[in-house]
Amino acid sequence: MTTVAAKPVTMAQAFGRALRDAMAADPSVHVLGEDVGTLGGVFRVTDGLAKEFGDARCTDTPLAEAGILGTAVGMAMYGLRPVVEMQFDAFAYPGFEQLISHVAKMRNRTRGAMPMPLTVRVPYGGGIGGVEHHSDSSEAYYMATPGLHVVTPATVADAYGLMRAAIASDDPVVILEPKRLYWSKDSWNPEHPTDVEPIGRAVVRRPGSSATLITYGPSVPVCMEAAEAARAEGWDLEVVDLRSLVPFDDETVSASVRRTGRAVVVHESGGFGGPGGEIAARVTERCFHHLEAPVLRVAGFDIPYPPPMLERHHLPGVDRILDAVARLQWEAGS
Amino acid sequence: MTVMEQRDAYRPTPPPAWQPRTDPAPLLPDAEPFRVLGTDAAAKADARLLRRLYAEVVRGRRYNAQATALTKQGRLAVYPSSTGQEACEVAAALVLEERDWLFPSYRDTLAAVARGLDPVQALTLLRGDWHTGYDPREHRVAPLCTPLATQLPHAVGLAHAARLKGDDVVALAMVGDGGTSEGDFHEALNFAAVWQAPVVFLVQNNGFAISVPLDKQTAAPSLAHKAVGYGMPGRLVDGNDAAAVHEVLAEAVRHAREGGGPTLVEAITYRMEAHTNADDATRYRVDAEVDAWRDHDPILLLERELTERGLLDEEGIRAVRDDAEKMAADLRERMNQDPVLDPMDLFRDVYAEQTTQLREQAAQLRAELDAEADGTDR
Repeated sequence: MTTVAAKPVTMAQAFGRALRDAMAADPSVHVLGEDVGTLGGVFRVTDGLAKEFGDARCTDTPLAEAGILGTAVGMAMYGLRPVVEMQFDAFAYPGFEQLISHVAKMRNRTRGAMPMPLTVRVPYGGGIGGVEHHSDSSEAYYMATPGLHVVTPATVADAYGLMRAAIASDDPVVILEPKRLYWSKDSWNPEHPTDVEPIGRAVVRRPGSSATLITYGPSVPVCMEAAEAARAEGWDLEVVDLRSLVPFDDETVSASVRRTGRAVVVHESGGFGGPGGEIAARVTERCFHHLEAPVLRVAGFDIPYPPPMLERHHLPGVDRILDAVARLQWEAGS
Repeated sequence: MTVMEQRDAYRPTPPPAWQPRTDPAPLLPDAEPFRVLGTDAAAKADARLLRRLYAEVVRGRRYNAQATALTKQGRLAVYPSSTGQEACEVAAALVLEERDWLFPSYRDTLAAVARGLDPVQALTLLRGDWHTGYDPREHRVAPLCTPLATQLPHAVGLAHAARLKGDDVVALAMVGDGGTSEGDFHEALNFAAVWQAPVVFLVQNNGFAISVPLDKQTAAPSLAHKAVGYGMPGRLVDGNDAAAVHEVLAEAVRHAREGGGPTLVEAITYRMEAHTNADDATRYRVDAEVDAWRDHDPILLLERELTERGLLDEEGIRAVRDDAEKMAADLRERMNQDPVLDPMDLFRDVYAEQTTQLREQAAQLRAELDAEADGTDR
């Protein structure tokens, strides 16, 4: 076996490599979506797949999200494993009826007779200067739909591992691809992709003792940066990367918060009705007697996604996270 | 003025790349719906097929009546009757080979039964004890679909997948006139035509989408006309003429199987009952209209044809009715037995492997059930 040394690889390349390897390993894996073929996707994630596997395996579809998801349902019914691309977060909405009424429910409706081994790729989140409808954080909609798995990687290795796991899963998986991390690089050896634990496991990215930052996807690097900055303030922050929003890893999260006694949930999606509310409630239910302060949320504002020139004020940054950490020195009544 | 001339009229200097892809004329449906029964074409119809259609349509009518009666007895949560539309239901089932797939809507229980499904299993959704009572792969019948037109892209995807695998499979998808207004109808037809997928779309135009009549649903000359915009043939057929529906669908299935791509078939029929047992049809239509359709009943048309050709006599009619009666009695008896449900099934088959969260919730329900059984619940 030839060994290839680890070299810098972008997250987009790792996603693409995962698709390629999955297609090579299993002829039933089909990629479809708008622009995924000849163009290689607007983010080039599917670059080269049509050339290598033919346009019957990597198909440019008509521009219609319900049609893409709906035909993928039929393909899965016939034993294929479709991987569909929604191109941009807010473009997925026309396909929601297919996703919610059929993709998520088909196994349950048919009492297990008709599983849906379907992967839905959703490039999501802001920070790339996209105009409106190109930067939504739509994870709460997916999380609220029983029957779907929802995963979101933050590292190059996880991008590969979670994509392979999603495609291998016999259930539908929504893989939220953080757009602004597409070009983040990491030394990574594609010949020896890091094994990723099964979908549903969080990971401690940085151990710490004074508080836990619970986060995922595009906010993970921001939290890592905040944890470094907090050292100057005398805070030793632990960072938990959820990786999977559904199923939720209560065990890893609770263990961390019990150790540190304090927690802040960080995400760029709006706070009201957002993932942070669910996470904070779960942590409180499980760790109440270990908590020294309320579980805080640092989230995007509860506004429609702002125009690009203002998005930096909306996205949770290091300062806003550090402000929340400071508020963790909480005393009752203060 | 032809369609092409009209295009020129508002686009006098198309850019060089712009070319009309096909002459739409061969795709357009005939002005009059295709008919067999009562016409010269009937003489060429296969006698055995006509007898089979007759027996199935009579059984179907009895099935509809029995299912409607079961709603009144509280044995079915709801039943959307296809009384009056049996010719479409039966033809859709009979035209398919065993390896083909049927994609029914919620009103098409009868098509599923005519395809060979156990009537009780086919009623599982409407009975309310679970969503789908059968393994779709066993009979190649997709789950009865409640959202409108969303099963159509499934049919396209399945047919496309089958062709990619080299299988000689056709999918037939059923939808109502109201469903043709949905986005999924448009997207499914467009995908099917672009991919040349072996699919047949059968629109049962029964006059009303619950209470809304066709002229408030579409401004198209006919629903079959919609086909031309997608680049597939549209066919118009008398939906109460079982022989005609069978022939048009058989031709469309053959066309699809031979690689000719999809066809949109509009069958013009009439819903003799209300939308479901919960609906009051007298609020939106008059008795005279319903009565006019009685003279064009699918059973009547077949009976007249078969009798005139000497293929059916009083005894034959009685035999068919007796057979339908037996089916109804069996259905009645089995539906009168209470289904046995296990509440713990709520947590089964949400995911291939239960999540921690669902395991915890299942334990909670188990404890509640145990307490209930012990009489210790509060």
